[in-house]
Order: sequence, then C-alpha cells, then structure tokens
Amino acid sequence: MAIKNQIIIYLQSLSENVAIARVTAAAFAAQIDFTINEIEEIRVAVSEAVSNVVIHGYAEYEGQIQLIMNLYEDKLEYIITDEGKGIADVSLARQPSYSSDPERMGLGFVFMESFMDELDVTSEVNKGTTVRMIKKILPSAAH
Amino acid sequence: MNITTLLKRGVLIVRVEGELDMHVANKFREIVDKALETSGVKHILFNFEAVDFIDSSGLGVILGRYKKINAAGGKVLVAHIQPQVIQIFELSGLLKIIKFYNTEAEALECL
Repeated sequence: MAIKNQIIIYLQSLSENVAIARVTAAAFAAQIDFTINEIEEIRVAVSEAVSNVVIHGYAEYEGQIQLIMNLYEDKLEYIITDEGKGIADVSLARQPSYSSDPERMGLGFVFMESFMDELDVTSEVNKGTTVRMIKKILPSAAH
Repeated sequence: MNITTLLKRGVLIVRVEGELDMHVANKFREIVDKALETSGVKHILFNFEAVDFIDSSGLGVILGRYKKINAAGGKVLVAHIQPQVIQIFELSGLLKIIKFYNTEAEALECL
C-alpha cells in the first residue's frame, strides 16, 4: 500500500530527546482525527520505545536513533531503529515486569503493545533493535 | 519539570508540574526521597494537576516510593489527575494499590 506521508528523524540517544520524539510522533498523528486518548497512547508508546533505546540499547555509549513515521490510507506506522547492544531474548523482554531494576516497572513493551494495534520487535545482539508499531485508522477518523 | 513540596497535617505534599518521563525520573526520585527524609513524615500526597504526561519511567518512581512508604506503614495518595494520564495509571495496575482523589483536601480528609 502506498505511503501518503512520511517523516524520518534522527536523534542522538540523549534522555532529553525522548520528549522531542514523542511530541513529533503526536504532531504526525494529529493529521488524523484521533481522539485525545489515542494521541496520548501514541505519545506513550513512542516515548517507551525511544526510552528503551536510551536506557538499554545505548546504555554504554551514545548512538543514533532513527524514527520513521509513515501514514498509510488505513494506518500510522512508527519504526524506531537503533544500532545498540540488542536484546538477547525478545519474548522474555516483552513480558510484564521484566526489569532488573526495582525502580522500573518493566512495562515499556506492555504499554507499546496495549496502546498500539500492532507491535513487532526484531533484534540482534550487538547489532541493534527495530521496533515497529501500527495504529489503525478507523474510516471515520481519516480526513 | 517543577516540583514543590510542603507539609500539611503530617503529610508530605508533592506538587508536580510538567512531564514525568525518563529524562526527569532520577531528579523526581531524589527530590521526593530527600523531602521524605528531611520531614520524617509517613504519608505522601502527590498532586498531579499540572502533569500532562507520564510513562513507565515516571510510574516506576511512584511505585518505588509506594513500596518504601508502604513498608514503613505509610500511605501514598494521589490527587488531581488529568483524564488522559489516568488511563496510563490504570494499565500499569497502580490504580489498584494507590488511592485517587479529586482534590488535595479530599485526600487529606481520608487519612
């Protein structure tokens, strides 16, 4: 299916850039008549994905994060890619409360999965991770 | 993010302004823990009236404070949550263990 609109941004893996990523993601979503709650879900999901890269993917060194935003007729697609340390066991990482740190909830992937319609995570150790998320556009919300 | 802390009727009130994400999580935790330590009170009341965003990093700090305060026999209360932020609390399960109130006064009445 043809892409109707696309924005690609590159972010340095700094914690202050997480807010820029989610604001950009929400601005991209605003071209669709989503509800405030749906926009909030996108903000949180993208915030979680980019936070994961900053906290885990590039834990030892700084790197580049690519955020691709695609608008299709029937869906929005967000693809977050890093070339960081990767995730050894993706299905384990996606489980609730998977976190070594008691101050963290281990809910990052749970939020992404719950707030978006599709979540796809591919990762290779020492190569990087790609998180692809889809938010469906209901016919009534399209312009 | 801006944080104001004050004491009222033996409760530490923490008024937060801004977005609670991973960028501010450490600072948020430090300020709250320091205020708890200095005041020596048992209970804490978060006022999130001016919080328009929270994700799992921000929730993690609240959960961490809950564990600490709960273990010491205190209570964690939350007042004034914006509607779009409530659904994040709901999904995290924090709504099941932390009580929510419309106003600070209402929360203080229930202690």
